[in-house]
Amino acid sequence: MANFFSSRDSCPAVKNILILDSEGKRVAVKYYSDEWPTNAAKLAFEKSIFTKTLKSNARTEAEITMFDSNIVIYKFVQDLHFFITGGDEENELLLAGVLQGLFDAISLLLRNTIDKREALENLDLIFLCIDEIVDQGMILETDSNVLAGKVAIQNMDVSAPLSEQTISQALATAREHLTRTLLK
Amino acid sequence: MAQTLVKKDDDIDDEDYSPFLGIEKGAVLQEARVFNDPQLDPRRCSQVITKLLYLLNQGEMFTKVEATEVFFSVTKLFQSKDIGLRRMVYVMIKELSPSADEVIIVTSSLMKDMTSKTDMYRANAIRVLCRITDGTLLTQIERYLKQAIVDKNPVVASAALVSGIHLLQTNPEIVKRWSNEVQEAVQSRAALVQFHALALLHQIRQNDRLAVNKLVSSLTRGSVHSPLAQCLLIRYTSQVIRESANSTQTGDCPFYDFLEGCLRHKAEMVIFETARAITELSGVTTRELTPAITVLQLFLSSSKPVLRFAAVRTLNKVAMTHPMAVTNCNIDMESLISDQNRSIATLAITTLLKTGNESSVDRLMKQITNFMSDIADEFKIVVVEAIRSLCLKFPLKHRSLMNFLSNIIREEGGFEYKKAIVDSIVILIRDIPEAKESGLLHLCEFIEDCEFTYLSTQILHFLGIEGPKTSDPSKYIRYIYNRVHLENATVRAGAVSTLAKFGAMVDTLKPRIFVLLRRCLFDNDDEVRDRATLYLNTLGGDGAVFQTGEDVKEFLFGSLDIPLVNLENSLKNYEPSKESFNINSVPKEVKTQPLAEKKAPGKKPIGLGAPFAGLPSSVDAYDKLLSSIPEFSNFGKLFKSSSPVELTEAETEYAVNVVKHIFDGHVVFQYNCTNTIPEQLLDNVTVIVDASEAEEFAEVASKPLRSLPYDSPGQTFVAFEKPEGVPAVGKFSNMLRFIVKEVDPSTGEAEDDGVEDEYQLEELEVVAADYMLRVGVSNFRNAWESIGADFERVDEYGLGPRDSLAEAVNAVINLLGMQPCEGTEVVPSNSRSHTCLLSGVYIGNVKVLVRLQFGIDGPKDVAMKLAVRSEDEAVSDAIHETVASG
Repeated sequence: MANFFSSRDSCPAVKNILILDSEGKRVAVKYYSDEWPTNAAKLAFEKSIFTKTLKSNARTEAEITMFDSNIVIYKFVQDLHFFITGGDEENELLLAGVLQGLFDAISLLLRNTIDKREALENLDLIFLCIDEIVDQGMILETDSNVLAGKVAIQNMDVSAPLSEQTISQALATAREHLTRTLLK
Repeated sequence: MAQTLVKKDDDIDDEDYSPFLGIEKGAVLQEARVFNDPQLDPRRCSQVITKLLYLLNQGEMFTKVEATEVFFSVTKLFQSKDIGLRRMVYVMIKELSPSADEVIIVTSSLMKDMTSKTDMYRANAIRVLCRITDGTLLTQIERYLKQAIVDKNPVVASAALVSGIHLLQTNPEIVKRWSNEVQEAVQSRAALVQFHALALLHQIRQNDRLAVNKLVSSLTRGSVHSPLAQCLLIRYTSQVIRESANSTQTGDCPFYDFLEGCLRHKAEMVIFETARAITELSGVTTRELTPAITVLQLFLSSSKPVLRFAAVRTLNKVAMTHPMAVTNCNIDMESLISDQNRSIATLAITTLLKTGNESSVDRLMKQITNFMSDIADEFKIVVVEAIRSLCLKFPLKHRSLMNFLSNIIREEGGFEYKKAIVDSIVILIRDIPEAKESGLLHLCEFIEDCEFTYLSTQILHFLGIEGPKTSDPSKYIRYIYNRVHLENATVRAGAVSTLAKFGAMVDTLKPRIFVLLRRCLFDNDDEVRDRATLYLNTLGGDGAVFQTGEDVKEFLFGSLDIPLVNLENSLKNYEPSKESFNINSVPKEVKTQPLAEKKAPGKKPIGLGAPFAGLPSSVDAYDKLLSSIPEFSNFGKLFKSSSPVELTEAETEYAVNVVKHIFDGHVVFQYNCTNTIPEQLLDNVTVIVDASEAEEFAEVASKPLRSLPYDSPGQTFVAFEKPEGVPAVGKFSNMLRFIVKEVDPSTGEAEDDGVEDEYQLEELEVVAADYMLRVGVSNFRNAWESIGADFERVDEYGLGPRDSLAEAVNAVINLLGMQPCEGTEVVPSNSRSHTCLLSGVYIGNVKVLVRLQFGIDGPKDVAMKLAVRSEDEAVSDAIHETVASG
């Protein structure tokens, strides 16, 4: 995998995706690069990037910073902090696109109430969403509709994106999902 | 449902409510047993998997046994037809990354899913299987993967292609067989499939330049519609341009038109990728650069921080190579100084500093001053470095830039930041002579209030080098001496060294420096005292002000020619033995490459610093050395060897010192000679000794030194016979005689013919103290009593006017060459009388004890009562004779 991340001419690569809460604790994280080999190294990275970005206003537009020769793009909503990290040669806009895709897909999946509580209640969806957006560092899908479609639709034709569903289908999906969480 | 609602009510005040509150690994692992139920509850199982994933995500580790257990029970879930659960199972298997023998369990299930009618199963099963599989299994599923690559469902195709990209690292030969399918997938209408296919195709062909060239040429004609794929194509294109630039020298860049066209792409991501690629083209012309800069300039005023950042970062890089091209953006750049995102603001500032001209410096500095207070240290460091290069670019502006640096160095800041400022000031001082004096004073003021020991010592060291060369070195002394009062031991020691450097370099300051150094002798730290003592002694602080020799300077302040690592290793390996540690034995080869490069130009033989340590110095070593010389081998046991006595002034052509070796019936002079003239080689070096003022001595042998090349010390010996057991004294005058040969400094080869020459050395004396060994006793009183009063001799002497009692005591101790006991050599100040106890062994191995009672008799006149006890009457008398004649 090291090879995958090192070459300047290789494909764009994501080093990690982090979703932290308002205290910097993990909600869901996924590392693709072995730059942070241990859990302690990961936690240290999360802590410093959280502290570093804490005071910035990344609520309307995604913000960006350099950190340890990495580009980190981040966006906050309610008590959730989203981060995506890439190498310092990476195309910033491309990474921002991935973060936006993740963010929008999760908004769709959580029906626009994105906060820590909702995210934890639907952690399975978040995990699936992260699983679908990047595969071992390689960008798999960035279209939020397709992403949400892949994750949410349980028993339908998965190739159809969410936007192409009929309203009744969408309602049915939502209802099914709601009961599922309430019964937990 | 009701239960859940109640639960939520309970926790409503609890901000930290989490469905995973109080989750515990053991309990969850227990729960995982539901996977084994014959009647599977998909919902429940999904929840348990989520919990397991949550635990793993929080950094919880499963033991090997736990992981295996979970893995096996998870495999049972393939029985369920629930899609949601199946998705969780896929994720879980990937997280557990099972071992090879475990993989077999799920292989068949996954292969079944791979060929399933459900696209979602197919896509995910491919990803999971490729993730956990090894090469052997790959050949079995290769057929399915090839089919999947060209599957009409983009999700399936992407899954296969991305898996192919990962597998290429481990099983390249298999993946390379898929070329045809991948090539077909590049033409896919689905955006992401095209992106993945292009990435894989390029990686398959990346070592075949021609193939990459062909791929790029065909694709640049316009069949790529995915923005991500377009970004890849731009990267590959600039790679082709880079590689072809090396072979062809034609001015026109073959794919430039394609790149320029991409600047009008609708996706910002592609526009930016293109602009960046153009700016990074090697040998790009201003005309080619302009459209890219224009696009980036537009991005500078975007509402999106990511866009502004990307643009300003790229322009910042361009400013290093093409500063003029970026000046058009200066107005937009200046408005970014107040950007909320401090990364953007810092990049804007540093870009402006790179592109700014001399006239705009002052205005910029004003803007930056406001800006500095509200950015973090890491950004400040970037700014400081940019200002440093600006100052080097416009040396005339050093005043305002140096002022800026001195202002910010006084403000709060962490170590790295302060270090960056100090480094900058130091570099400016070195490179801009006019900035030197003000820069040094800024540094002086900084160490007055510096909390970082490292920086203080570095600055003190630097002051020691630069300070003495300034017009008025004395003004720095106060700042330096203040450190001796106010700082920790490390800084104090550094300050002592710096003071000594001023003393060594500036003769007029010497007396004042010695006063300050003497005060440091009472420091409560060993290192500080040791340094002060060393400097006082070597620089001549014991009274006589003489010009400090180059060799002393080299010894004290010269750079150590030996890599510290090697010295450390040698010292570690050194076992205390007869051989004293020899610094010449330390290997000079540097092991690591970068250090060796650094060392090469400065390669220089060790100066005079080393020989002291290099020569055998203990009696044992001398004994060995002398007995190895046949002429001296029958002289018997060596009684005493004196410390080296210099016979030449410092900084002369030849440096010679002598060690007196006393035997029972002989004296051997060992002349240590050093040739300090690189253009000369001395052959057949001898010392002609005139013993006319030493009647009792008769020369018996001499051993010439065959050759004395530049800067490599050698020894020549002269031996005298004297009456056995008699402490004969006398004066010897010395003349160095040798054949001098010219040496070509460039080749290092000496001419064959030489000229005989002589060199006058100073006189040498053998004194009574040479016959006395300094041997202490632990309890003087006991020793005094036990030796008895049989051969006690007591007498009184007037020592005449003396500066102080202490001086008189020292004079007598040196005259007798005996060891003071019980600390009695120290005279309390203002005391009018003092008793000093001495002990020693006289030639013939006779133990001698001396009790000296001093008293001040009248104004400054010192009187002394000398009581000697020894094992031999003659010896006791001899001591009195020594004093009487001294």
